[in-house]
Amino acid sequence: MGKKSTPGLNTSAMSDISFLLLAFFLMTSNINTDMGIARRLPPPLPPDFEKPEVRERNIFQVKINRNDMILFNKEVGDISLLKQRAKEFLGNPTNSPDLPEKVDMQIDYLGTYPVSKGVISLQNDRGTSYEAYFKVQNELTAAINEMRDELSRAKFSKAYKDLDQPHKEAIDKAIPVAISEAEPKGGK
Amino acid sequence: MGRFKQKNDKGAPSLNMGSMSDIIFMLLFFFMVITTMRESSLYVKITVPKGTEVTKLERKSLVSYINIGIPLDAKYGTEPRLQLDDQIANVDNVRDFVESEKTARTEEESNLLTFAIKADGKVKMGMISDIKQELRNAGALKIFYNASKDASK
Repeated sequence: MGKKSTPGLNTSAMSDISFLLLAFFLMTSNINTDMGIARRLPPPLPPDFEKPEVRERNIFQVKINRNDMILFNKEVGDISLLKQRAKEFLGNPTNSPDLPEKVDMQIDYLGTYPVSKGVISLQNDRGTSYEAYFKVQNELTAAINEMRDELSRAKFSKAYKDLDQPHKEAIDKAIPVAISEAEPKGGK
Repeated sequence: MGRFKQKNDKGAPSLNMGSMSDIIFMLLFFFMVITTMRESSLYVKITVPKGTEVTKLERKSLVSYINIGIPLDAKYGTEPRLQLDDQIANVDNVRDFVESEKTARTEEESNLLTFAIKADGKVKMGMISDIKQELRNAGALKIFYNASKDASK
């Protein structure tokens, strides 16, 4: 008797099983889709900390009350205007004496660049909804991102997101995220 | 002539399916590697706010989540609560949570640790401010506001 080879198994059902497994993993797992806005909190203040004197022209106040109404430049405004106002404030293109001062700073790749001393002060009530707060943060971020993009196009003729890391850092230095958050008002 | 026999009983030739499962297994492993399992199930209901300027959260292994929303289970009340890891907690627990998350990692990594605040849009800012204050005092300064991409704009 000759040697008999093992009979061939029908493996087409195996692919069905592995398809099933694949479908299971596709459903139970999620690809990295966490989106949002990153922020850095200021470090805790030392007890003997004194408030620095800030000139009024360098502050842009944004307040959100408990009814989610927004106040900026000392008047109630609509959120759709906020981005434009924040850009005008931080950019100060005409060097107006009412808008923030600028300080010449030496920045790699950019040379001497006038960095705005303006700070956006954001204050909310304890009753403000997170959604309203986030919308304001989003608009302020949009203002900063647009300004960074404009500067990047003017200096490197490239979109900000296409820059490499050192150039990005240079732009970040020229246009910092100058948002200061005050302690919220209103009792518990 | 007649050397080549014409087969007349020809159906579609059967394909060898043996390697098909190999290919599918390869796909399976690929997906297993690039995806992460849903880590903890949420006990609070969260609809994150929408934004246009959202960016991707990088380096998921260095992220801890603070979930805030209305509990799904009524025994925790109807007011927004926060969920740390796998349990409903209070604002006072945030500091311990930060400590435990930091000690679970090496020193270099713990400085890069990001705390993602995943909160429902209807949560009041008072609670979130308290949490931010706790994070600040605990030395966890990198935070992230979770949101979804607003596709309408």
